[in-house]
Amino acid sequence: MKGLGAPIEAPRWVTHLLVPAINLALALIMSGLLILALGEDPFQAISILAYGAFGYPEAIGYTLYYTTNFIFTGLAVAMAFHCYLFNIGGEGQAYLGGLGAGLIALAIGHWPAPIVIIIAIMAAALFGGIWGFIPGWLQAKRGSHIVITTIMFNFIAAILMTYLMVEILIEPGQQAAESRDFESGAFLPRIHDILALIGIDAGHSALNLSFVLAILCSVGFWFFVWRTRWGYEIRTVGQNESAGIYGGILPSRAIIVAMCISGALAGLVGVNEILGVHHRLLLEFTAGYGFVGIAVALMGRNHPFGIFFAALLFGALYQGGNDLAFDMPSIRREMVVVIQGLVILFSGALENMFRPRIEALFVRRAQAATAAE
Amino acid sequence: MAASDDGRIVSPPTDAATPPALEVIGIEKWFGTVHANSNVSVRVAPGTIHGVIGENGAGKSTLMSVVYGYYQADSGEIRVNGEAINIKSPQHAISHGIGMVHQHFMLVDTFTVLENIVLGAENGRLLAPSLATARDELERLERDYNLEVDPEAIVGALPVGVQQRVEILKALYRGADILILDEPTGVLTPQEVDHLFRILAALREQGKTIILITHKLREIMALTDEVTVMRGGEVITQVKTAETTREDLAAMMVGRTVLLRVAKGDAHPGEALLEVESLSVVDRTGITRVKDVSFSMRAGEILGIAGVAGNGQSELLEALAGIFPIQSGHIRIKGEEISSRTAEASRKLRAAGVAHVPEDRQRMGLVTSFEANESGILGYHRNEKYNGRVLMDYRATIADVGRQMEEYDVRPPLPRLRTGAFSGGNQQKIVLGREMDRDPDILLVGQPTRGVDIGAIEFIHRRLVEMRDHGKAVLLVSVELDEIMSLSDRILVMFNGEIVGEVVANQANEQTLGLMMAGERQPKRTAANS
Amino acid sequence: MSDAITFIVLMFDAMLRVSTPLILAAFAGMFAERSGLVDIGLEGKMLGAAFAAATIALVTDSAWLGLVAGLSVSIGLAMIHAFACVTHNGNQVVSGMALNIMVAGLGPVLAFNWFNQGSQTPMINEAARFRPIHFPFADRLADIPVIGEVYSEIISGHNIIVYLAIGMVPLAAWFIYRTRFGLRLRAVGENPEAVDTAGISVSGMRYRAMLVCGILCGIAGTYLSIAMNTFFVRDMTAGMGYLALAALIFGKWKPLPTLLACFLFAFSQALEARLQGVDIPGVGIVPVQVIQALPYVLTVLLLAGFVGKAIPPRASGIPYVKEK
Repeated sequence: MKGLGAPIEAPRWVTHLLVPAINLALALIMSGLLILALGEDPFQAISILAYGAFGYPEAIGYTLYYTTNFIFTGLAVAMAFHCYLFNIGGEGQAYLGGLGAGLIALAIGHWPAPIVIIIAIMAAALFGGIWGFIPGWLQAKRGSHIVITTIMFNFIAAILMTYLMVEILIEPGQQAAESRDFESGAFLPRIHDILALIGIDAGHSALNLSFVLAILCSVGFWFFVWRTRWGYEIRTVGQNESAGIYGGILPSRAIIVAMCISGALAGLVGVNEILGVHHRLLLEFTAGYGFVGIAVALMGRNHPFGIFFAALLFGALYQGGNDLAFDMPSIRREMVVVIQGLVILFSGALENMFRPRIEALFVRRAQAATAAE
Repeated sequence: MAASDDGRIVSPPTDAATPPALEVIGIEKWFGTVHANSNVSVRVAPGTIHGVIGENGAGKSTLMSVVYGYYQADSGEIRVNGEAINIKSPQHAISHGIGMVHQHFMLVDTFTVLENIVLGAENGRLLAPSLATARDELERLERDYNLEVDPEAIVGALPVGVQQRVEILKALYRGADILILDEPTGVLTPQEVDHLFRILAALREQGKTIILITHKLREIMALTDEVTVMRGGEVITQVKTAETTREDLAAMMVGRTVLLRVAKGDAHPGEALLEVESLSVVDRTGITRVKDVSFSMRAGEILGIAGVAGNGQSELLEALAGIFPIQSGHIRIKGEEISSRTAEASRKLRAAGVAHVPEDRQRMGLVTSFEANESGILGYHRNEKYNGRVLMDYRATIADVGRQMEEYDVRPPLPRLRTGAFSGGNQQKIVLGREMDRDPDILLVGQPTRGVDIGAIEFIHRRLVEMRDHGKAVLLVSVELDEIMSLSDRILVMFNGEIVGEVVANQANEQTLGLMMAGERQPKRTAANS
Repeated sequence: MSDAITFIVLMFDAMLRVSTPLILAAFAGMFAERSGLVDIGLEGKMLGAAFAAATIALVTDSAWLGLVAGLSVSIGLAMIHAFACVTHNGNQVVSGMALNIMVAGLGPVLAFNWFNQGSQTPMINEAARFRPIHFPFADRLADIPVIGEVYSEIISGHNIIVYLAIGMVPLAAWFIYRTRFGLRLRAVGENPEAVDTAGISVSGMRYRAMLVCGILCGIAGTYLSIAMNTFFVRDMTAGMGYLALAALIFGKWKPLPTLLACFLFAFSQALEARLQGVDIPGVGIVPVQVIQALPYVLTVLLLAGFVGKAIPPRASGIPYVKEK
């Protein structure tokens, strides 16, 4: 072929910033059209949404509270993706994570707060990790397709939790299947309380210290995936299993490690929900967060930086969506789920619709520039 | 059919007034930014065998795919029997009598021969009548062209030579007058190649036109009437085969005079570094790929393993490299036995000074989506050189791989560039650099110059000989007999999983090696005839 | 003894009704998978069809128009999946998930917007449902022990879709193994390059496979909302699409074994309803959750290879891109 140099590729910012932005824009345009079809004004909807997400301190707090969950599930899906595994089991892993945190809280909630919290976080990660380990092990050792097994484990987790809550953990004399309230040792402090200590009035929201945990996890994620040998091995197996075997890496180990960490990350949702917000064990606190994680990971291209912003976007959609459903009664909360699906569609499945053309555009421009030299 | 002075089979000269069976004029084809075909024009006379020769990436396969309708040219004209045609699809091409026999067979392994032949050429919605018609036609074709095949055999279970016949029958069944064969002899033994050539000659006798795409000079000289040389996406020349020589063609292929042999001094072998004893390797489907193989390799020698692809060399190489499980037998490196638990074995081998350049660099030796520096430490990524206690030392990695790239002439020597952005030859040099830079005592090498341009081939061959001169042991597995004969000090031939012969390199010739590659065991030397 | 037989007969009857959507969905998946496409979106197609069928059946009081609506939606979704995966080589798992999630959200949104009854549609009239078809003499033969019960309960008295689902097996087998379409379909799933060079459009085959998939899912979804029930409610498919996929794998992508796998799963679901609160000698009362979890656990065990190995079509899940 002509030339000994490397073929010209599109600049990195195009692939990692422009293309995702365009995909997102398309998803939002389609959503806007849908809102129009439902008889509402999409621009008004967007402004209500934006205000509902960021317009006042409480809103920001709630947005970030949702963001926390989405960072956890987004990182979880991304970790699995790095080993080319589709972890659809975020829901179940989050559920189990909450169970783990809740059990610790119920058992030792009277101990001093920092100790309880730390042990509870470890329990959440452990339980979530186990729920990720099993499908991971099945894929690695038995070749069971992880997509189906993780979906099955979502259902099994829900059934298991229902059984546990209704038969065992329920607070006697109660209608709802919920446990007793935790003692204060198991309470994760709310951010607005902390800010109040230094004189900032941040309203009253569910945002709690698990947000900090999420940021820490994001940083740790980056180092683990790109700057440790375990991350290197996971990525190698994910990109090219034969090369991994050649390089002395056991694919089964990489798969299992990736799935354990993935499950553990998703399990931390339980820390946010159970220790940070509800302060008791209850059903259905995962509310589809596991699936949002898929959208977040795809949009964020499996990188913690992108995941943070994608999580923030969805946090805004959820919080703003609540306000929207309130102000525009004809649009139900599930609208956010539709947007989620559209984002996954455009960022994931239809990603190849525009990316090659946009990249080719930039490559042609670069070629013309070098030809002119 | 006439025979020329040196015994080659040629066809009688064609009438100047008959139009070419196939003519392409000014074909242009881009793949993204790659200019695969640039102003390509070729004329193929009817009733001839026309060769198209060029290295990997010269554009010959692309050209033929355009002719066959698999791709559409960006511009240019195609004429069949003088008539300009716009070939929009393979079906369109076959309706004009152009049939293609691919390098990688286009067969459905789970179907029978009959089902494969009928696929796409069925008559009617129901299958039964199509199969009946095909069965009858197949009998006729087999008689006319001597192409024996069992219609009910499952294709996946057939030997490669027979599968190729199914491919040819597919084209003939659809009424092809022009047959294009793309690198047809890559997986055949010399004897199967001869059989194929006889089939092609028979086809030519019946008036078919054949286009033979190859990179093997030997085939061009033996079989073709005319040859077109391609390089870098362009046609360099089109000549009558009788009026040119191997050296001329090779020179035109690469654009400069090429040393077909590597200059090397004598070997001075030392102690045995690698000992293989009664090694047997079974693949995942239960087939024994390596049967009871024993040999040893000494320091300061290049041991070549010759054989047609698929006779167990690949499995042998991977077993020695610790990435394929051993069923029975022993492998000893410098006297120490290596266990068969794969990941551990591979690591232990590297620690013991064994390096492995795999046969398929893209599938196994590199991760094309990684930056070059990450590919450059594959297999050694756990070394102290690149690691702290928890984190990896990115800067040390970049520095080290950058140095390797300079030393091994990787162009461009940019460790942060994506591995996939490098050309085939440079990727191979990255792998070689990585493995040879460890100063291993034993180097296991598979197909070191596959898909590599001539300049890089020379470089790689020189480095391998250098290693041997420094007292290292090199095990070379290659399907290119030229390479084996040129580099090796000793040659082992593998056939059907066994070693059927051992030859000292300077006593080897292609005929005896070819026979062994086809299964003829080397006669055992007894006291009487030694 | 005759109680036991009646129990079994009723169980089989329930099993047939419950397995119908499963069978249709599994065969829908079969056509897709055989062509080399992974379709996780069976769930979404069924749900979408269920919603459309319930809505149109409500508005027009006609079951058949409801079916048409269900088919349209399901085929539309199937075409989007084909567009993303075949034309644009998108990731097939992601595309399936995306469509599932979109439909899961869209159903309640539209239901609420149009009918204002939470996330379900209003109940439809009997007239707008598919009614059971009674075979001749079913009533009179009902009293004959065993044979009569079998005839009147299991064989007769189902609506037309159930019979269609059972008839699926010979129909699909014939289609896949004895027609030109079937030959090409199988070829595309094993070696798309061979098909391409034979002059057959790989995309065309895959689109057609998705069309069949869409049709079958459409029937399945329609059955759920207007034959088996009388309305649409959110998440009414409850994982059935995934179970269908599992049954397909269990059945090794072949018609008859897949049918049997569907029966097995449906049987366990029918069992759940019957065994609630029932005291089994020696075991006690089985928590309803155990039976609820049974299909999912069975699927996992199955996939773990404790019930044999399954080799999918070779090209399954790999987008077809022309090699250079």
